[in-house]
Amino acid sequence: MTSPAALRLHIPEPTGRPGGTTDFSYLLLSEAGEVPRPAPDVPAAATASMAKSLVRVLDHEGKAQGPWAPAIHPERLRRGLRAMVKTRLFDARMQIAQRQKKLSFYMQCLGEEAIAIAHAQALQEGDMNFPTYRQQGLLLSRDDISLVEIICQLMSNARDPLKGRQLPVLYSYKRAGFFSTSGNLATQVPQAVGWAMASAIKGDTKIASAWIGDGSTAEADFHTALTFAHVYRAPVIINVVNNQWAISSFQAIAGGEGTTFAQRGVGVGLASLRVDGNDFLAVYAASQWAAERARTNHGATLIEWVTYRGGAHSTSDDPSKYRPADDWQRFPLGDPIARLKQHLIGIGEWSEAQHEEMSKELEAQIIAAQKEAESYGTLLDGRVPSAASMFEDVFKDMPEHLRRQRQQLGV
Amino acid sequence: MSTQEQTPGASVPMTMVQALRSAHDVMMGRDEDVVVYGEDVGYFGGVFRVTEGLQAKYGKTRCFDAPISESGIVATALGMAAYGLKPVVEIQFADYFYPAMDQIVSEVARLRHRSAGDFAAPMVIRMPCGGGIYGGQTHSQSPEAVFTHICGIRTVMPSNPYDAKGLLIASIESEDPVVFLEPKRLYNGPFDGRHDQPVVPWSKHDMGKVPEGYYKVPLESAAIFRPGKAVTVLTYGTMVWVAERAAIDTGIDAEIIDLRSIWPLDLETIVESVRKTGRCVVVHEATRTSGFGAELSALVQEHCFYHLEAPIERVCGWDTPYPHAQEWAYFPGPARVGAALKRAVEA
Repeated sequence: MTSPAALRLHIPEPTGRPGGTTDFSYLLLSEAGEVPRPAPDVPAAATASMAKSLVRVLDHEGKAQGPWAPAIHPERLRRGLRAMVKTRLFDARMQIAQRQKKLSFYMQCLGEEAIAIAHAQALQEGDMNFPTYRQQGLLLSRDDISLVEIICQLMSNARDPLKGRQLPVLYSYKRAGFFSTSGNLATQVPQAVGWAMASAIKGDTKIASAWIGDGSTAEADFHTALTFAHVYRAPVIINVVNNQWAISSFQAIAGGEGTTFAQRGVGVGLASLRVDGNDFLAVYAASQWAAERARTNHGATLIEWVTYRGGAHSTSDDPSKYRPADDWQRFPLGDPIARLKQHLIGIGEWSEAQHEEMSKELEAQIIAAQKEAESYGTLLDGRVPSAASMFEDVFKDMPEHLRRQRQQLGV
Repeated sequence: MSTQEQTPGASVPMTMVQALRSAHDVMMGRDEDVVVYGEDVGYFGGVFRVTEGLQAKYGKTRCFDAPISESGIVATALGMAAYGLKPVVEIQFADYFYPAMDQIVSEVARLRHRSAGDFAAPMVIRMPCGGGIYGGQTHSQSPEAVFTHICGIRTVMPSNPYDAKGLLIASIESEDPVVFLEPKRLYNGPFDGRHDQPVVPWSKHDMGKVPEGYYKVPLESAAIFRPGKAVTVLTYGTMVWVAERAAIDTGIDAEIIDLRSIWPLDLETIVESVRKTGRCVVVHEATRTSGFGAELSALVQEHCFYHLEAPIERVCGWDTPYPHAQEWAYFPGPARVGAALKRAVEA
């Protein structure tokens, strides 16, 4: 009798490490216009193939191709482009502010701007997003949320709407359909399902949109959320932003090797799409499709947005330690801003000169907002919300033991 | 809520299960935003039958079954509460709340604070707790101390049907999240720890007379369950009845305080009683070390030190998991409580 071969544990590895070159063939790309577009009321099981392919609209020349090309007014595209540029410039300024020690911490969304911003355009007033810390585009695409207020949160200063309690970037804007961001990963996904269930229980017309990164799809909460969303046919969109990296852990560590994150939805019974997240038109079209599906009681959709985290995970991270430095430049889905700009110029609705002028105007706007926010203080100069305020909002009304503790602190 | 709005109506005999069901019924009738769900809660009415009949009366979207996922139940309830509904969810046994721990601690309890009031998650998480039912280590725990350590959540435990209904109504109306612990040993009658004696049903007990309509027992209001002068017993849930038995058996004039709201609690009633008696025994079923009795002992020491004439005694479950075959050696019975009362008054 021969003795059996020794077992070996498989540890997934990315196809590129520092000093080498990433082989992006693992992404399983489709051509623009190649993937069919079923009606939004399609049975979930019929979307199985779409969880493996990739919905794309913009081709290499920036032309809109195929059945997913949305009927969208150029003005809406220009607004999207503007919000993307604004977000990128904002991120760059805040990154510098962190290096100047004006912020304790920051997280940019470099390279992922199209996803939140195009998705926001496909939602309606009153819908609720349950974001992660990398969907600032949902806020920055709105004109009714002031940059000053956002920066005050980042600086934990005296005018921080969250009274200095949250890490920078963990925003909360109920009035903008932006749920309070948690630092604990994946917790917001089943919460979004519950919110959507409530909307259905009340016979409302609002839907929820949940956000999660590729890494934290490994959390139990994500799988629980998929089950509840399917069971109760909740009007919710579950967005998996696959930016390839969870800090230094490649997406295969979360389970993306040999399968896709969209395919998680198929087994659970959810309509599932895999979409080019750097293609503004594809993001808009797929978001609209899923929103229509939710709003017409056909249930939840899981969408995997394929993108690439162009920057570091956070200001505390150095990606050159774990991946090739030129990865983002070589990423086959390109830069979402460059692609939409190319498309708009191609259809005669934009120009390089207009783009430059817009960028300058936005830059000035952001600098002015930062100056004003700084005039209200920063975490470092001590002009923060009063210490007494930390005892507020623990309970609706302050109980006796907290009153006593506040007195002990002498505030 | 003003007293004019209290419409308690006629009192009828109810078990704790019936009283809790009645609280659900009253609140679902008054407020269409009250939604009730959990494992087996809908069609079947829950394994302890607390929600029996509610689905038939209020419809499937207001009372329904949930997948076996405690974290999913609590997380979706948070989403519903953030939307504006008032979810009342059941965790089938308190022993099973651990999978929902992150949602309770990091999300439900903190949402109002972290969002500076932008969002809140007022909801009720009901869970049957405690031993004395041959439940072994996974159907017998009393996890109240786990919740009292968490900032932003209220922890409540009734000891009788009248309080159970009034406290549950107050919890549903609370703008804070509430963990509502139901001692399942008390579901059908008071239990004084003498497991070899027949249990008197609630129908033959004064506290089993429960108004059919709306009334509240305010949160943070302890009850003087039994007035006395010799020693103060601080306790809640099943142990209220065990303490009473111990007082009767020993003939010690013990004042028994039923906390009802474990945290935040009614410190004034506690302090007033201990200052009067000068002696204090803390009794709970949960494991002793780092149990809620430790907090109670510290509070009494801080507020009553110069009135104390004896060391504060603690009678608790042992620092072991709840054993199936040794249940009655684990359960703090009247003999152990009685011995502590004697030590306290003789010190």
